[in-house]
Formats: sequence, C-alpha cells, structure tokens
Amino acid sequence: MAERLLTVDTLSAFHGEAQVLRDVSIDVSVGEVVTLVGRNGAGKTTLLRSIMGLHKNTRGSIALDGTTLDGKSADKRARLGIGWVPDDRGIYATLTVEENLSLPPVVDKDASWSLDRIYEQFPVLRERRDFPGTKLSGGEQQMLAMARPLRAGSRLLLLDEPSEGLAPVIVSQIGQIIRDIRSQGVAVLLVEQNVKFASTVADRHNLLAQGEVVESLDNDAFQSRTTELLQHLGM
Amino acid sequence: MSAQLTETTHVETAASSAPDRRLNPFVRAGLLLLALLVVLALPWYIYPPVAMDIVAWGLFAISIDLLLGFTGLLSFGHAAFWGTSAYVTGLIAIRSGLPFPVAILGGAVVAMLIAVPTGYLAVRRTGIYFAMVTLAFAQMIFFIANQARDLTGGENGLQGIPKSFFGIETVETDPFYFYYAALPLILLGAFIAWRTVSSPFGRVLLAIRDNPARARALGYDVERYKIMVFVISAGIAGLAGGVFSVSHGFASLQELVWQTSGKVVLITVLGGIGTLWGGPLGAAVVVLLEDYLASSGFNGIGIITGSIFVLIVLLFRKGIWGTVADLVARIRSRGRTPGRRDA
Repeated sequence: MAERLLTVDTLSAFHGEAQVLRDVSIDVSVGEVVTLVGRNGAGKTTLLRSIMGLHKNTRGSIALDGTTLDGKSADKRARLGIGWVPDDRGIYATLTVEENLSLPPVVDKDASWSLDRIYEQFPVLRERRDFPGTKLSGGEQQMLAMARPLRAGSRLLLLDEPSEGLAPVIVSQIGQIIRDIRSQGVAVLLVEQNVKFASTVADRHNLLAQGEVVESLDNDAFQSRTTELLQHLGM
Repeated sequence: MSAQLTETTHVETAASSAPDRRLNPFVRAGLLLLALLVVLALPWYIYPPVAMDIVAWGLFAISIDLLLGFTGLLSFGHAAFWGTSAYVTGLIAIRSGLPFPVAILGGAVVAMLIAVPTGYLAVRRTGIYFAMVTLAFAQMIFFIANQARDLTGGENGLQGIPKSFFGIETVETDPFYFYYAALPLILLGAFIAWRTVSSPFGRVLLAIRDNPARARALGYDVERYKIMVFVISAGIAGLAGGVFSVSHGFASLQELVWQTSGKVVLITVLGGIGTLWGGPLGAAVVVLLEDYLASSGFNGIGIITGSIFVLIVLLFRKGIWGTVADLVARIRSRGRTPGRRDA
C-alpha cells in the first residue's frame, strides 16, 4: 500500500442551514486516482471546495500527509501541494497560455514541472503558448487547467468533472493524461458523472448520494457492478 | 455555492484591460511618446497652474485605476491619502524650508503609512463594504485635520506653502517653470503605476480582480496583495496631492472631504478604467470643464459636470478611453478582413 496523502475524516458541510455532506470519509494515496461519483447535487463539488479550503462551513477533519488542514486558508493549502482544477477550468482570459501556466507560485521546487516537461505532456499547449485563454477550445482549456497545478508542483490534483462538455476523442485524451500524471507520482481526486470515463482512469471509487458515501469499491468491482450501481444512484 | 457567491461579489470590470495588454509595441511606444509630448506642451497652451491641476488629478485618478481597474477594489476614501500628503507636504515645506520635491516625497510616505492600517481593515471586505471602510477612514482623517487647528489651521487651512527649489527663483515664483520642476514627480507616480501593473505582481492583481477565490486556490494570499497595492496606490495619490498643494501654495480641508474622494472616482470612471490611460484623460476633461465654467461666471458647475458624467456613463460604458480604443480596434479589424460581398 502506497503512502497515504489525503485523509478526509467524517466531514460534514453546510450551505447555510442545509447539510450537503454527511460524515464523508475518503482517502487518497500517492500515485493513486480516486473518484467521487454521483449525480448533480450529491455534494461532490462541495467536497472538493472543502478540501481546498474554499468552502468553510464544515465539520470534521481533513489532513494532508498526516498534518491537519483545519483552519488553514486556501492559499496555504495550495502551498502545501493541493491543486484545484475547477469545473469552469479557471483559465484567465486576459492572460496567454504561458502566462496562465506561470501564474501560480511554485509551491514545491522538486515537484514542479518545467515548461518543457509540461509541453511534452501537453503538446497542444506548446502550439498555443501565446494564445489568450479565451481563444482555446474546451479540451485545450481543460489541459491548461490541469497543467497549471503541475507547473506549480502540486502533489494532489482535485479534478472537477474534467470530461464535462468535451467530445469523446478529447475525453479519452484527458483520460490518458490522467493516467500519465498518476504514473509520475501525482495523486488525483476526481469528481465525475461520466461513469464510463471514471472506470478507465481510476483505481478506486466512492459513490456519493445525498451527501453520503454510499459505497467505496475498487475499479474491478466497480466495472462488474456498473449497471446496478448506476441504478442505485439514480443516474 | 454561498461561499462562491460572496467571493465573487466584487466590482466587475470585465476584460477591459485585455485589448490594451495586447497593444502592438509600436503603437504603445507611439502613445507614450505622444502622451509625453502633450504633457510637456501643456503649459504652453493652458494656464500653467491649470495644467498642473490636470496632471495632478490625472495621477490621482491613476491611483484609483490601479485599485478599481486592476484589482477590482473601489476606494471611496482616497482623499485621505491625497489630503494627508497635501498637509504633510505643506508642513514640511513651511517648517523645514526643504526643497518642495523632498516635502512631497515626505507627504507620499506618510500617506503610505496611514494606508497600512486602512488597507489592513478594508481588504477584509469586498465591494460596497470595502468602499464604506475606506470612506470611514477618510472621514476620520478629515475630523482629525479639522480638530488639530494648531497643526493644520483648521478651517483656514495651511497657508503660504513655499515652492523652495534649491534657490532657483524662476521655479519658485513662475508657475510655468514650476510645472516643469514638479512634472518629474507626476511621471514618477505614473511610472510606478505602470511598473506595478506590468509586472508579475500585476498579473496576480488581475487574477484577483477576475476571481479572488481562484487566485487564492492558486496559492496567493489575496489579502496581502490587496494591502500591498492599496499602499502603493496611496503613495501615488500622495505624490499627486503633494504636487497639488505646493502648486496652489495652500492645503485646505477641501483636500480631505468625501467629495474629493468621489470626484477622483468620477474622473477615473469617466476616462475609462483598466488601462491607466483613462484617468489622465478624464482629469483633463473635468479640470478644463470646471476651469471654463468657473471663469464663465456660471455657478451651477455641479449640474453641468453631473449631467456630462451621466451622459458619458450611459453612452460610453467603458469610459472615454475604452470607447475610443474599441472603436479603433473595430475599424482596424474591418480594414483587415474583406467584407462579406467579396466572400
């Protein structure tokens, strides 16, 4: 078993009075891809935002590498090596591709990918390096959004629905990239509604319904029970 | 979701700076040269003290643009920095007899010092609440200046600020030469603003303006950046306020009232935010208009400037600069791509 990187322990989250997460416990180890699968409103994005420190109305604890993140602001968490790739991709329209890549501070010199290494992994970004963020296709934006935290040296990527709104051929490219970066020691927590896509990239899955983890299983079990699980989730 | 909503309720400035950032370097150099020529020629065509007012207000507006256009912060208390520097500059000049540029630099430093606690408290809030905190601080400074009569002269203001300039008498007595002696301070302020926005620091400011939550998740301490740019902006406002008070030879409570804070925001929005060019343009329009109306003996100046402001905001939503820049861009792109008929 690889080294445990992220531990979320009995986390509850609230939007005002409403409870969106109930005692969620998940973990991600180094070099592992773990998913959160569930339908809209299940609390997936809130969980990612809570881990990042952007959603503050929470109870329970989150730890990275055994040290607690409780009370740490989002910028401190980013500097500890958590990289957030939001579902809107978070590309700065006024900046070029390369400026977007160099925007975040390098949080870990040893883990930081050089621009050359980024362009090797994402050749399309090299072609588009001087393009403003707005001129990119959805797939290119997604790649830029994933490349940015790697450039900063994040050890854990929080990917929020990277396959959303992309053509199947692009989705499979994104899948290949996730497998590639995983093999280079980066851990990924992936939020997905696209179950088929999730099963091609992940090691383990957590099924989320109404803010609770209803099932945790490895990819083999997940694939053999896909239909049943989907019905269970109402997807 | 609620967190996200509160995070993004800052002043929306759109991507108004995008076209300017992509300006052709030749066009940019040409514009800078033209601006420099205009600024140098100004006192030949305009009564020199009025010319000085234009560039001082122009720099003051640049300090607002740095916050509003590049960071998404609306300060409604910048008179505090302009006015404090006006008084401090005056006090240094009167009591020490030092050359006026030294006095002005001293005023700007004090403006920056008081901006530290103001900024520290204000940046914890966004949008209208940020504006209210800055306004409250400015009112406090106004109150203190009004009460500390021994120091500030209370309602009489600070009279007889000398233009000491290394014993060079023409500068000290002739506003025409004084303009050229003071201009480097204005250009210094503009240069600091330009360096700030075109540095990696400025890129982080844009990131904060476009989406503070995202900038934080990238690893930037958003509050610290806001405080830093707030202090830089206060220093620039201080330079402008110091030049203004030495030019007029007095500092009055007028420099600290909330209307002054409002006027500089008006000038900045009028000229167009997010480019640094708009502020000086707006300043030229407003100062010249006020000067013209004042000399015409008409006493409803506020009505005229107010109406013009409303008109410009309604007709040119990006301000004078933004609208002209858009027009030029549209004409140029039309020239480049042939019309539909050819297709």
